[in-house]
Amino acid sequence: MAQVKVLVLRTAGTNCDMETCHAFSLAGAVTERVHVNRLIEQPSLLADFQVLALPGGFSYGDDIAAGKILANQLIHHFREQVQQFIDADKLVIGICNGFQVLVKAGLLGGLNEGGGADREVALQQVTITYNDSGKFEDRWVYLEAGTDKCVFINPGQRIYLPVAHGEGKVCFADEQVKQQVIEVGQVAYRYVDREGNFGDYPVNPNGSTDHIAGLCDSTGRVLGLMPHPERNVHPTHHPRWTREAVEKPDGLSLFINAVNYFG
Amino acid sequence: MINRIEIYTKSDYEDVHGQEVLADITQLGIETVQAVQVLRVFLLEGNLDSETLQRIAREVLVDPVSELYCLGQSGAPAGLAQATIMEVHLKPGVTDPVAASTMMALADMGLELESVRTARKYVLLGGLSEKQKQLIAQRVLANDCIEEVIFGADAEIPLAHVAPYHLKISQIPIRELGEQELEELSGKKDLFLNVAEMRAIQDYYRKLNREPTDIELEMLAQTWSEHCVHKTFRGTIELVCADADGKTRTEVIDNLLKSTIARATSELNKDWCISVFEDNAGVIKFDEEYGICFKVETHNHPSAIEPYGGAATGIGGVIRDPMGTGLGAKPVANTDVFCFAPPDLKLQELPAGVLHPRRVMKGVVGGVRDYGNRMGIPTINGAVLFDERYLGNPLVYCGNVGLIPADKCFGSARSGNLIMVVGGRTGRDGIHGATFSSGEMTHEHETLFSHAVQIGNAITEKKTLDTLLTARDKGLYVAITDCGAGGLSSAVGEMGEKLGAVVDLDKVPLKYQGLSYTEIWISEAQERMVIAVPPEKLVQIQEIFDSEDVEATIIGKFTDDKKLVLRYQGQTVGELDMDFLHGGVPKYTRQARWQKLQLSEPEITEQADYTGDLKAILSSYNVASKEWVVRQYDHEVQGGSVVKPLVGLVNDGPGDASVIRPRLDSERAVAIGCGICPQYSDIDPYWMALAAIDEAVRNVVAVGADPGKIAILDNFCWGNCNKPDRLGSLVRAAQGCYDAAMAYGTPFISGKDSLNNEFQTDSGQTINIPGTLLISAMGIVTEAQKCVTMDAKEPGNVIVFVGETRDELGGSHFYKLHGQLGANVPRVDLQAGPKIIHAVAEAISDGLVRSCHDCSEGGLAVALAEMAFAGGLGMDVNLSGVPVGRDVGKNYQILFSESPSRLVLEVHPDDIGKLAKILRNVRFAEIGKVTDGIRLVIRNRGNHAVIDAEIADLKETWQKPLRW
Repeated sequence: MAQVKVLVLRTAGTNCDMETCHAFSLAGAVTERVHVNRLIEQPSLLADFQVLALPGGFSYGDDIAAGKILANQLIHHFREQVQQFIDADKLVIGICNGFQVLVKAGLLGGLNEGGGADREVALQQVTITYNDSGKFEDRWVYLEAGTDKCVFINPGQRIYLPVAHGEGKVCFADEQVKQQVIEVGQVAYRYVDREGNFGDYPVNPNGSTDHIAGLCDSTGRVLGLMPHPERNVHPTHHPRWTREAVEKPDGLSLFINAVNYFG
Repeated sequence: MINRIEIYTKSDYEDVHGQEVLADITQLGIETVQAVQVLRVFLLEGNLDSETLQRIAREVLVDPVSELYCLGQSGAPAGLAQATIMEVHLKPGVTDPVAASTMMALADMGLELESVRTARKYVLLGGLSEKQKQLIAQRVLANDCIEEVIFGADAEIPLAHVAPYHLKISQIPIRELGEQELEELSGKKDLFLNVAEMRAIQDYYRKLNREPTDIELEMLAQTWSEHCVHKTFRGTIELVCADADGKTRTEVIDNLLKSTIARATSELNKDWCISVFEDNAGVIKFDEEYGICFKVETHNHPSAIEPYGGAATGIGGVIRDPMGTGLGAKPVANTDVFCFAPPDLKLQELPAGVLHPRRVMKGVVGGVRDYGNRMGIPTINGAVLFDERYLGNPLVYCGNVGLIPADKCFGSARSGNLIMVVGGRTGRDGIHGATFSSGEMTHEHETLFSHAVQIGNAITEKKTLDTLLTARDKGLYVAITDCGAGGLSSAVGEMGEKLGAVVDLDKVPLKYQGLSYTEIWISEAQERMVIAVPPEKLVQIQEIFDSEDVEATIIGKFTDDKKLVLRYQGQTVGELDMDFLHGGVPKYTRQARWQKLQLSEPEITEQADYTGDLKAILSSYNVASKEWVVRQYDHEVQGGSVVKPLVGLVNDGPGDASVIRPRLDSERAVAIGCGICPQYSDIDPYWMALAAIDEAVRNVVAVGADPGKIAILDNFCWGNCNKPDRLGSLVRAAQGCYDAAMAYGTPFISGKDSLNNEFQTDSGQTINIPGTLLISAMGIVTEAQKCVTMDAKEPGNVIVFVGETRDELGGSHFYKLHGQLGANVPRVDLQAGPKIIHAVAEAISDGLVRSCHDCSEGGLAVALAEMAFAGGLGMDVNLSGVPVGRDVGKNYQILFSESPSRLVLEVHPDDIGKLAKILRNVRFAEIGKVTDGIRLVIRNRGNHAVIDAEIADLKETWQKPLRW
């Protein structure tokens, strides 16, 4: 079997592309960093890959809103190709700013993600907004898997990853949307404490609704999350590696699962 | 026509920005405002029907979940008469990145608009006087350099268009002026040149038989500024040293830099130093394939006026130093060290023209945060210090570390190469920055020099970096430098020093029209790099920049006649000989005086219990936790984090230094730390310098750096060195730098000085900062997995003290607590210190050390408390074993003396024997054990507890003061 090919999409202000590539290559994939301008020029490029990764950063400086401009580019220039990509049993992951892009492009968090063929633009029913703390924070959080249908996630696993964002609070348009998202198993991860209990700040670092840290789509092949799995793929990434034995870095499992999906 | 769309937060969501503004208004002492609403305003020019506007708002501008929009002007909330509306607009011509992104997004939707502009609208609820409104507008809402405020909903929005510039070459008669007139001219034009320098310029033009043009004079002033040529460090100094009994001795120092700091580097002659003191950053060897470089700069004066923008451009500027080193390094880490006045200063004690230290601190931290985070560079090390004397003159040190391929460490332009400016456009921002920072601050600076503050845009810099690295790896340019202080004038002037250059100033891309040729040349607008491109590579390199929307423009070329020719629309507006520009500044002799201060040691009565003193020191701003600052920085981006700034059981203990792996495919790492101790400078800056170097080295060794491969950087921030006493103290510190660097074998690889850090109040009083030397250290870590952290790890482990505690409480926190300065400043033993460092490093490398913490501010008691609460474990320690010097008999001396070269180790009982062998040539002792209890107990010789406290209580005391 040929190596899994990952397209890591970057643009002005993307800044976690290198380490995202590194994490995928540790998992055995080959990666290519592709500037969004190339994809706009030639959307068919996407078809050569099995995984589309939208890494963290500040695409376009968070102008208008975090992830908004890149989401708009996706919608107007290559949404169809992304939809075909997903329909072709391939995988999409958005991390931090990439998650914001997926949500704002309507690819996550709606019950009609992707919009369907007849819609001009997918209806965005979920958003990611300012942390309750009002500030950017870098801190480590525990996450509990909230679904058993996402390709990237080991069901029932509790993992430890860092968050680093100022806008990570997931909010729903209304109670009904929230309930639906929960009921169909699209909550990918929830913030918990070390023992697995829910808690206020800083256990839930941004005040996210229902402690939600990440969402997946109805296929389980599109994942978006605020925490950074690519920052916990080496034994010395763990903030307490000098005092606790780290067997296998938690973040690596997401990338391995993605690659193994094609194995 | 212009269509207005306003966006506001739904009532069931937090208006985060509104709350921030409200807090800042309250900080100003205005308590009548109850709530603040912030709206985003978009002004769209074009013929758009209401349906299209609705669509634009819905699909692009508004967050459909958390926000609402309004077409046209929204009304003030009903029922509340006391609503004040203010709108902040960018001044004509200032770049508006949000507007540019919006244009792009609308174009993606198929909508072509004539223009887009943005503004921020504030609705303040509560009674306000006109004066208060003005104050809020000026101090909280707007940056006067780039923004203007309009009041009320009906006010006219400022015009977007500015008048074009028409060429008018202006000459400044200088040949016939007398001494006094020369001085006046220098003052009137803000040249900050002294009479000798003005005379040298006069002589030059007399010989040329013509008058200078304005651009020539400005360029000379900039190139010759203290900021750019470091006249103090490179000139001749006559130092008069006076003994306590009045006897004096005179010493003549020719070039302080060469005779102290650079001398240590050349005498140490380390084969791993690749490029020192010659490029924008100093480069050392990282491994066989890469070098690693480091540069630290200050941005003090801009940060005093506009803390957010000043600090943001401070970090933005220093990032461009590694980017402009060799053929360009990839930035991999940031550092930041700040000195402020205490944040609890009473508002009524604030002198005119000074921002409140709390506001300065919040702004500075915010600026570094936003720029560093957006660049995707981890901010991994720093310090925050407080002293009343930093009130009008805060210090903002920003550093950047870069990784550079070994074969890309050098570059040089050749005649015939094209001069290309890449990145941001040139605007009027930052004009006179270099000269401004070379003068003393006064209470009027805030208004006079507001234009000296630059405006930063991290995304422009990030884009520029991405494309430059691609072009570098393809070998498409042969030299690179940044546009820093002095702008294009410095960048082109330096790159072409040995060649000559012709520049067409009208080719430089501008943010807006209306700039004169001189403004274009000296502007310090941000995010610009200059590269030298061989003509045959032009097409290829231009393609790379175009493909990622980075602006790159040819503005001239390098020649071989050693002349700098400046043209505008084909006409020559300035012509200077490179030799005169770079070599014409007259050397002159400065007077310095150093007199040992008559100080004495206080009488302090021994107490039975020091728990209260320990808590008081832990809660002092200097020692207290800086977690509020650290967490706002992304310290893990790029994925190479090994030791984070916060460590321990719940990730909140104060690490000694941070470690990163700049290459993700390698286990080799680099430790970054610092030493800064201005508190000792009041007693003797010589010993302060030694202590700072000792501390910086100890910090990186404490986490696992190889003591044989540590490079250091010096950053001096001093008062006005035209005054002999200030200069005398600077010389003392520089001499200390030489001695310590030689003893520790740590070459200086780069440095920078910022002199003139004084503030003159409106009543004429001068506040001089304490002489403040920052030493930054970069140490190679051979194997990341051997690093250690400072948090106590396991009950039963032995606590080992290494070093010697002497009667050295001069300048200590303990004396400060008791209102004393003292005389016995900590003195580094240059024989013992390096031995201790090497022995501890060997023990760490052998895996014998479970935790390691340096013993510095607040002494042994603070070090033990930090280790205990960071690890969530108790400790039981007895002071009787601590190795002490003569005259140490009192418990407070052992607890709180700040003697240098001391470390506390935690070691497994089985490893004590092996450790003892390694430490055989230095003083050390087992002083206690880690316990599974919840208390830190420190006992005296009689086994009575002199400190006994719950670690949770100590931690809370330490965390509370700066938990904002």
